Amino acid sequence: MTAMIELANAEKTFTMHLQGGVELPVVRGVSFHVEPGECVVLSGPSGAGKSSILKMIFGNYRCDSGRIGIRHHGAVIDLATAEPRQVLSIRRSTIGYVSQFLRAVPRVATIDVVAEPLIVNGVAREEARTRAGHLLRRLNIPERLWTLPPSTFSGGEQQRVNIARGFISDLPILLLDEPTASLDAANRAVVVELIAEKKTKGVAMVAIVHDDEIRHLIADRIVDVTSFAAAA
Amino acid sequence: MSEASHLDNDQPLLVADGLAKNYGQLAACRDISFSLYPGEVLAIVGESGSGKSTLLQLLSAQLAPSAGRVSYRMRDGVLRDLAVLGEAERRFLFRTDWGFVHQDPAQGLRMGVSAGANVGERLMAVGWNHYGKIRDSASTWLERVEIDVGRIDDAPKTYSGGMRQRLQIARNLVTEPRLVFMDEPTGGLDVSVQARLLDLMRNLVSELGLAAIVVTHDLAVARLLSHRVMVMKGGRVIETGLTDQVLDDPREPYTQLLVSSILPP
Repeated sequence: MTAMIELANAEKTFTMHLQGGVELPVVRGVSFHVEPGECVVLSGPSGAGKSSILKMIFGNYRCDSGRIGIRHHGAVIDLATAEPRQVLSIRRSTIGYVSQFLRAVPRVATIDVVAEPLIVNGVAREEARTRAGHLLRRLNIPERLWTLPPSTFSGGEQQRVNIARGFISDLPILLLDEPTASLDAANRAVVVELIAEKKTKGVAMVAIVHDDEIRHLIADRIVDVTSFAAAA
Repeated sequence: MSEASHLDNDQPLLVADGLAKNYGQLAACRDISFSLYPGEVLAIVGESGSGKSTLLQLLSAQLAPSAGRVSYRMRDGVLRDLAVLGEAERRFLFRTDWGFVHQDPAQGLRMGVSAGANVGERLMAVGWNHYGKIRDSASTWLERVEIDVGRIDDAPKTYSGGMRQRLQIARNLVTEPRLVFMDEPTGGLDVSVQARLLDLMRNLVSELGLAAIVVTHDLAVARLLSHRVMVMKGGRVIETGLTDQVLDDPREPYTQLLVSSILPP
């Protein structure tokens, strides 16, 4: 396959043991693929399973059946059956995830939070920090805040730090979970630009965006998640 | 060394195979098998009495298993059964290649001698004999664990709980071990002190490419420190996987109960 991501009949059900073993089917028969340089936007109402699909592609939620093929170092690995060590390797050098919320590491300076993904992939600390500063500036985070930990920042600032951290890498796959949710118009425009730049570099992206205007600007294809609804 | 080179290492560092420990009729650990790779941090979680501390003692050769075995890859690259190691090899593991961080720092430190001596002692045990070099190395390590070097000649009994725990970590890491066992390393510390210690441990583990096995009942500790988690109940491993996977998508009833019992931040 040339696709970076290829899902075939992926399925997810939650079994809630504390609620008497209630089965909560989330999605069934999830099948789509994402080519390099393409941004696929998942659409569907709240609760349709968009975030669950994104989490399955990241290996955060387990996949009950079906296949999640990820092109990693030139070979295709099925995330649904991969060993924990393989999943970690995929996350380090293939898939990045930009969530709405920053899981802040206490005490680490903002600039280092952003630079970290480059450093773990072997980029020299100074170069990583230079690139981090460049992105933070584009996302309108004032330089005087860079040495502070982001835990004290406002929600919108934290989200922009998270975006910078997600977009700094050279990973070939990015998963975007409402990257523009609490941003103002100027910063939303920056994120749209960043996504366009990733496309020109051949990055494959899957995104969830509720804003119709943003969706229109970034989507190459729309996959309607309601068709994967698992009938209870 | 980069984190990547460690995690991509294909040879396991430690292998547990069918481990069991019985105390009379009581099965403290049953049929436990797993492999730990270089640079990998494994958390063992479960409540009191689940067998996690017994397992840690089996893995670190402090207790002989009733069945099964633990093998460890020595620095020559050969995987050896811990039960049949010679005395010199055991000493090498305990003094150099392994660290053991106890919940109570008094168990891992000599409370009456200076901080510098506590760190230097492990170096002397592996043949260092130049006082100046030992003291330099001790100073460097105190700095790395954020202890004021001005306190190097003070005994840990004059230190706060958080400082003692950081000193215990320095004492363990000074010999550049490849594997560190930790038993409830943040237990008994104030929450603010815990956060600082966790952050410090997380950085040291990734900078040094250490493998670690951390026993904890605190899922937040597991989330922050570990790559992989094993959930224990009644002496068995009931669920295992990537840490965020097990904590965000728990499958077993007991794991779901553990996860749902965490207070939201």
